[in-house]
Amino acid sequence: MEIFELTIHELSDKLQRRELSSVEATQTMLARIEATESRVNAFITVTPEAALSAATAADQRIAAGKGDMLTGIPLALKDIFLTEGIRTTCGSRILENFIPPYSATSWEKLKERGMVLVGKLNQDEFAMGSSTESSAYGVTRNPWDLECIPGGSSGGSAAAMAARQATATLGTDTGGSIRQPASHCGCVGLKPTYGRVSRYGVIAYASSLDQVGPVTRDVRDCALMLGAIAGHDPKDSTSVDLPVPDYTAALPGGVKGLKIGLPKEYFIEGLDSDVRKTMDEAVATYLSLGAEIVDVSLPHTDYAVACYYLIATAEASSNLARYDGVRFGHRNRDARGLLEMYCKSRAEGFGDEVKRRIMLGTYALSSGYYDAYYLKAQKVRTLIRNDFLTAFEKVDLILAPVAPTPAFKIGEKVNDPLQMYLSDIFTIPVNLAGTCGISVPAGFSATGLPIGLQLIGRPFGEEAILNAAYAFEQATEWHQRKAQI
Amino acid sequence: MNYQPVIGLEVHVQLLTNTKIFCGCPTTFGSEPNSQSCPVCLGLPGALPVLNRKVVEYAIRAGLATGCEISPRSIFARKNYFYPDLPKGYQISQYELPICVGGHLDIELEGMVKRIGITRIHMEEDAGKLVHGDLPGLGDGSGVDLNRACTPLLEIVSEPDLRSADEAVAYLKKLHQIVVYLGITDGNMEEGSFRCDANVSVMPVGSETLGTRAEIKNVNSFKFVKQAIEYEIERQIDLIEDGGKVVQETRLFNPDSGVTRSMRSKEEAHDYRYFPDPDLVPLVISDDWVEETRRSLPELPEARRIRYTSELGLSTQDAEVLTSSRELADYFDACLSLGCHPKSAANWIMGEVTRGLNDKGLAIASCPVTPRLLAGLLGLMDKGTISGKIAKTVFDEIWQSGKEPAQIVEEKGLLQVSDTGALEKIVDEIMAANWGQVEEFRGGKEKVLGFFVGQAMKASKGKGNPAVLNELLLKKLKGEG
Repeated sequence: MEIFELTIHELSDKLQRRELSSVEATQTMLARIEATESRVNAFITVTPEAALSAATAADQRIAAGKGDMLTGIPLALKDIFLTEGIRTTCGSRILENFIPPYSATSWEKLKERGMVLVGKLNQDEFAMGSSTESSAYGVTRNPWDLECIPGGSSGGSAAAMAARQATATLGTDTGGSIRQPASHCGCVGLKPTYGRVSRYGVIAYASSLDQVGPVTRDVRDCALMLGAIAGHDPKDSTSVDLPVPDYTAALPGGVKGLKIGLPKEYFIEGLDSDVRKTMDEAVATYLSLGAEIVDVSLPHTDYAVACYYLIATAEASSNLARYDGVRFGHRNRDARGLLEMYCKSRAEGFGDEVKRRIMLGTYALSSGYYDAYYLKAQKVRTLIRNDFLTAFEKVDLILAPVAPTPAFKIGEKVNDPLQMYLSDIFTIPVNLAGTCGISVPAGFSATGLPIGLQLIGRPFGEEAILNAAYAFEQATEWHQRKAQI
Repeated sequence: MNYQPVIGLEVHVQLLTNTKIFCGCPTTFGSEPNSQSCPVCLGLPGALPVLNRKVVEYAIRAGLATGCEISPRSIFARKNYFYPDLPKGYQISQYELPICVGGHLDIELEGMVKRIGITRIHMEEDAGKLVHGDLPGLGDGSGVDLNRACTPLLEIVSEPDLRSADEAVAYLKKLHQIVVYLGITDGNMEEGSFRCDANVSVMPVGSETLGTRAEIKNVNSFKFVKQAIEYEIERQIDLIEDGGKVVQETRLFNPDSGVTRSMRSKEEAHDYRYFPDPDLVPLVISDDWVEETRRSLPELPEARRIRYTSELGLSTQDAEVLTSSRELADYFDACLSLGCHPKSAANWIMGEVTRGLNDKGLAIASCPVTPRLLAGLLGLMDKGTISGKIAKTVFDEIWQSGKEPAQIVEEKGLLQVSDTGALEKIVDEIMAANWGQVEEFRGGKEKVLGFFVGQAMKASKGKGNPAVLNELLLKKLKGEG
């Protein structure tokens, strides 16, 4: 096995036993990026010098016996995480030259553990999209099929994993942006419960939905990474002050007697037949492992996409107001007068999808429309959350597809925003409910594209879904397949 | 036709916290531009607000002092608009569920008490400010200073219960006194710590329907409030009388010309697209917190005035003067608690103390004669150790040196002489030297006594106990001794 293909726990073993140095691992990773990046385009910025100096420091730390599981491990971050001194674009032209003066809490935590940042990953502009096609830095290609999208918005985070360009990555998930690309690229992706991980220093798209999470090779790595980034942050009032368990400790717990719910609203006509087949097989696997399968209903699922596109765009329209050309980011220098400067800077700096969502959200919040759109959507959101809470009275977790289809072709849905929006139909409700969900490799389409399985847990029930995902992973071999690139 | 003005006021009070409302930056006024800023108050991507608890406490104080209900749950909302001094493109404020609702303030005008409703009090952040002109490093242009951005404000909104500019000013003065008393603001109007927007409309006397209102922005002194409202009332009446219509608009008062001019019409008004700020969780305030704050409230001016007149027997006028500022009233109360006689403490504070402070341009808080020293001085007078005349000398000496009154009296030998033997000697000498006047007294010209008292005090260098001297003189002059 190549060094760049190792999981965190495998690589960490080698580093701790001094069979390998972090500098060597990092050099191998940088070479791998160099070799594959022209085909994948998972990165917006690669940071070889900073990476090698961090790797040197990590090696010294390990030599001094002060390293831990994450020390010296090559990491890449979605370009939505602020990284002090390293350009952070959020996939947008408006932040093309933005070098942040501070770092996101999640990155601070990983840096403190000695992880080595190799670069910043491509994404849909401001995390608005399901295909990474809305990035101002070119589309990222799916390593399993370069004609296909990697999913989005954390497309770079998943593609880099599939192309073995990093040992672990972080993404953000507002409506499926970690789980859907993880599914499309055959990796493990977790969206933690809202409030589990700090959002401080993560560029906001829709503040009440955004959540940071890991994209990894396997479930154990996912549990490790979650443990490293979770916890209350005094700088984020919405982060919750609950103790962080050792997520890896519960992994070998098995699923015997576990009640797994199948929401009937998620197994509808129009669900791709390969996806349906994959779900059926997953159900069979869980049955064979001793779990109990129970039918549940999430009756307001139909309203989730509409509800999401009102709330998320409303929040986005306000969150993106700060990109006005006054203090940072792109400014049109020829404008005469303030209004013209605002209009031209934003017109030039934002892409079409971002503009579309700002307009939608502005409209939804406008005087006279607020009650009919935003307020109504908030009420629907409560109903959707209640759907889940009711279901969790009956079952321990919910099994569902991540996306209705495997990765689609680049360009296929660019001109049909509504079709694009519908590709998040099974992930959006989890964000609206504020609970947690994980995507695990569960099979392949007839054309060889990965298909993920989604496990949805109770609020702060990450241990349960990690444990169930781990049991599935142990019983199958899907996560061991590699994209030929 | 006669018109009835209707006025409502929105007052912005800058709170006296050490740090800003949503970040840890200091709130000091007048620092180097943008030196008091961080990712949060600069509105950098990814930055998040964290509420300063002190601000909430101050808002509760203001609410309790104005008879408001404190909402057990209140919400921060975003007020969205673009302006270069507003770094996030929205202001974090409160909209639908403010922290305080339904209070009132009683104002007194020409002996009549009138109750003015307070609709709501809410917390919000201030914006930064724009600087124009020749800027260091920028040349000629406009710059943004975000030191003030994110400093905490309370907005206190009155009901449209005010009926004249004088009532508006009385309300503002009363409110100003209360918030300064509460210690939640420095109340400095020149620096903008207490500023006011006035909503003014007129309607025919007897009408039930309110007229269309104009909002006058940012009037920053009591004098300008009066001018601006009076001008605006007259402008609206003239407009209606001439067959015109008042339009709903925002107007700006120009203190130089004394007129208001239109800033933006209703059509140009912003649609602020308020919605709950998802970055801040709902603010939950427990009954305990409210009660704790209630217990820590200082006694307010009105309660103090009543206590000074009814319990201490001071005149209304004296009570008014002593309660004009919290610091002055605190000084007076401190003297009382040290055992001073109320009337004499009041006289000294309003006399010598105030005079000294005015001469030196000092605030009561930095008065070199502390309540303890003043109480010591008054105590020496009460005991007859020194005379009132000597007391003024000692007071000046305390002011200069900060020494203890008793020490000064001793060092300077200012002890009042009550020893009849010593005084008798003085009296004898004076009588011997002024035998003509003795004859006059004995001939029935009793007011010559004053002359002898004066001479005796002079001879004793002011230290003679006047009562003892008087008695002694009378006895001797009448030939009884």
